[in-house]
Amino acid sequence: MLLLDKNYFDLFNLPRTFAIDEQFLEQQYRDLVAAVHPDRFVTDSPEQRRLAMQAATLANEAWRCLRDPCSRAAYLCRLEGISVDNAARAGASAEFLTEQMEWREALDEARLAARRPDLQALQVEVAEARRRALSTVTELIDTRADFEAAASLVGQLMYIERFSEQVDEALDDLS
Amino acid sequence: MALLQISEPGMSPEPHQRRLAVGIDLGTTNSLVAAVRSSIPEVLEDEHRHALLPSVVSYCDDGRIAVGAEAAARAIADPDNTIVSVKRFMGRGLEDARRYRTAYRFIDAPGMVRLQTRAGDKSPVEVSAEILKVLRRRAEMTLGGELYGSVITVPAYFDDAQRQATKDAARLAGLEVLRLLNEPTAAAIAYGLDNGVEGRVVVFDLGGGTFDVSVLHLSRGVFEVVATGGDSALGGDDFDRRIVEWALRETGLVSVKEPDPIGSALAAGVLSSADLRAMTVEARRAKEALSEATLTTFSCPLSDASAVRLPLARERLDALTADLVARTITVVRRTLRDARIDAADAGAVVLVGGATRTPAVRAAVASFFGRTPLSDIDPDRVVAIGAAMQANLLAGNRGEGDDWLLLDVIPLSLGLETMGGLVEKIVPRNSTIPVARAQEFTTFRDGQTALAIHVVQGERELVSDCRSLARFELRGIPPMSAGAARIRVSFQVDADGLLSVTACEQASGVKAAVTVRPSYGLSDDEIANMLQQSFLSAGADRDARALREQQVEADRLFEATRAALVADGELLSEAERSVVESLLARVVEARGGTDADTVRQAVDALARGTEHFAARRMDRAISRALSGRRIDQID
Repeated sequence: MLLLDKNYFDLFNLPRTFAIDEQFLEQQYRDLVAAVHPDRFVTDSPEQRRLAMQAATLANEAWRCLRDPCSRAAYLCRLEGISVDNAARAGASAEFLTEQMEWREALDEARLAARRPDLQALQVEVAEARRRALSTVTELIDTRADFEAAASLVGQLMYIERFSEQVDEALDDLS
Repeated sequence: MALLQISEPGMSPEPHQRRLAVGIDLGTTNSLVAAVRSSIPEVLEDEHRHALLPSVVSYCDDGRIAVGAEAAARAIADPDNTIVSVKRFMGRGLEDARRYRTAYRFIDAPGMVRLQTRAGDKSPVEVSAEILKVLRRRAEMTLGGELYGSVITVPAYFDDAQRQATKDAARLAGLEVLRLLNEPTAAAIAYGLDNGVEGRVVVFDLGGGTFDVSVLHLSRGVFEVVATGGDSALGGDDFDRRIVEWALRETGLVSVKEPDPIGSALAAGVLSSADLRAMTVEARRAKEALSEATLTTFSCPLSDASAVRLPLARERLDALTADLVARTITVVRRTLRDARIDAADAGAVVLVGGATRTPAVRAAVASFFGRTPLSDIDPDRVVAIGAAMQANLLAGNRGEGDDWLLLDVIPLSLGLETMGGLVEKIVPRNSTIPVARAQEFTTFRDGQTALAIHVVQGERELVSDCRSLARFELRGIPPMSAGAARIRVSFQVDADGLLSVTACEQASGVKAAVTVRPSYGLSDDEIANMLQQSFLSAGADRDARALREQQVEADRLFEATRAALVADGELLSEAERSVVESLLARVVEARGGTDADTVRQAVDALARGTEHFAARRMDRAISRALSGRRIDQID
């Protein structure tokens, strides 16, 4: 099948860059999945339905991978043969580790004291860190093609996103 | 039996007959059946022109099984043998069932609780099947033929055990299930196709026993579920129970400080199960009255000839149920976050389920979203209507204007048990299906040759807090030092939500696979037994049945291949085409005979001989969808 040997960018006719036209991606995904979804093939042969499931699974996976900036960056690094896991393990800076520890303490304190404004402030800070990291990733990949550095930053980004979810959950628990 | 017709190459085969398909809303309180007739979806009524069938089953003393309004009328006089709101017990164990504080005599059974009645111990699956049988008969009478299949709705937040129990009930009622459809999604389909709602839609579905909230993105005929959340044990019944508890405290039948008024009143004998049923019925009436009026009287005679009479104001009801309403809003907030949208991004908010008639619920939703929610389509009927639309599509009755598609998600994360009873999530909740995901694991002991794989469902980190779906073992791993083996475990969830899991050791290639059927549904043997009992002596000859099954298979593949040739025949060379034609002819010949094996062989040969054709057709579909538009052509 055509889908099997294309990378996700080629599949959706997108240039292989970190900055992408999200609306275009969304439109391409919808058109593709609408054409290959198993529900379109309910009266077809079992083989046709199996292929439809395979194609729709791939379309869903490609869309999930490219729509999220963090996994999109990781995928771009992988296409260059660089694993984010390894890069992150090797490249975590002392500065980032200190920031992580401070955040975690701030979260624990705010949670214990049930202080909503503190949690909200932390949320803003984390969102800002995420924005900064994303803009650096854009430059590293799209301008400097430095995938090693990008991969290590993506590792940090993954941490930031997980932490951000924990802050959201703490806010939920207060409401 | 109609003879098969073979049309000339290039000629369109006879359009296949419309298949009769229905949508069924198997609700906690009421159930409905709907169908698309002459391209308009409608709810089917019984001979008394009633659309809503109360989800009540009563096992009468003369051996009859009453269902619906007749059963509901017996609910107070014969509470032990009259089952209401059985949906709450589907796929649930004793502990879960007891939490509802009903007066049923529960029996602990492996996997799912059973209910003691004068007709014997009944599984919730059997009780639900009685409701489905009535709806199936109603549909067959109205539509005038045997049903091809059905789409049955379930709360989005139902786990696999509850879904499997629903499928089992359908099977027991003789219904073919084309798909289980999530209730809020069904409602969104009805709104999207009937009212032309577009953009981001939030569906708030508070039924009798369950609460769901779903965020969908509706655009150009694609209904994409973005996130779904809920509480499968929160519904209108809980509001009723709060009223009963209040009445018991208020009348002094139990102490004001008693944390479990119903349980203690039943235990102390101040309340019989008939009294509890009567009070529950009156509580619902009072609650419904307070949707219109601001004051009502809770009035209920008890079995000892005394009576409870209390004024109940809407404000009081609101106070009694404020925490329940708050719980729904917490779930909404969490689901919006999963969908990565704010309340203000919702283009429309849709109310579904009878319990959304409660003013406090409406007010809470309106205030959270800052807009008036929609309820143009009858909240009781909207789910069945959406289900009927999906059933029509899945039966292959896609008409000219039916160019729409539903992209659904899995409601709960799927994962594996790892060391220390922890869960490793493999497929996160809200993943669009079909979905496949794989992860590598390794051995933890030197020379370990087997790996136990335990598949679980849920959001919690501990295995003990999640639902167990399946266990299987991968054996024959070549002995290696700990951590050296690479075992790839792959999850695949198809468009029906069915999960299969494979484990494969990468170096040796040893494999093990399981298609997940949760262990707490009914076993195949149990179902077979029940079916046998219900069709006493079907007497059908085994060979005749085997032949019939193969013939149906042959007809389907023949029809599918003909249609494919008409649509995409030019993808084949002349030589290739003539091979397919001869395989088709062989199927027709074999089908006319009496040997099931010959038919099967011909069908297999046709299936194999058209594999490359299927692949080319899929490539064409992909190319057509994507090529011809590049990024620079947008704007």
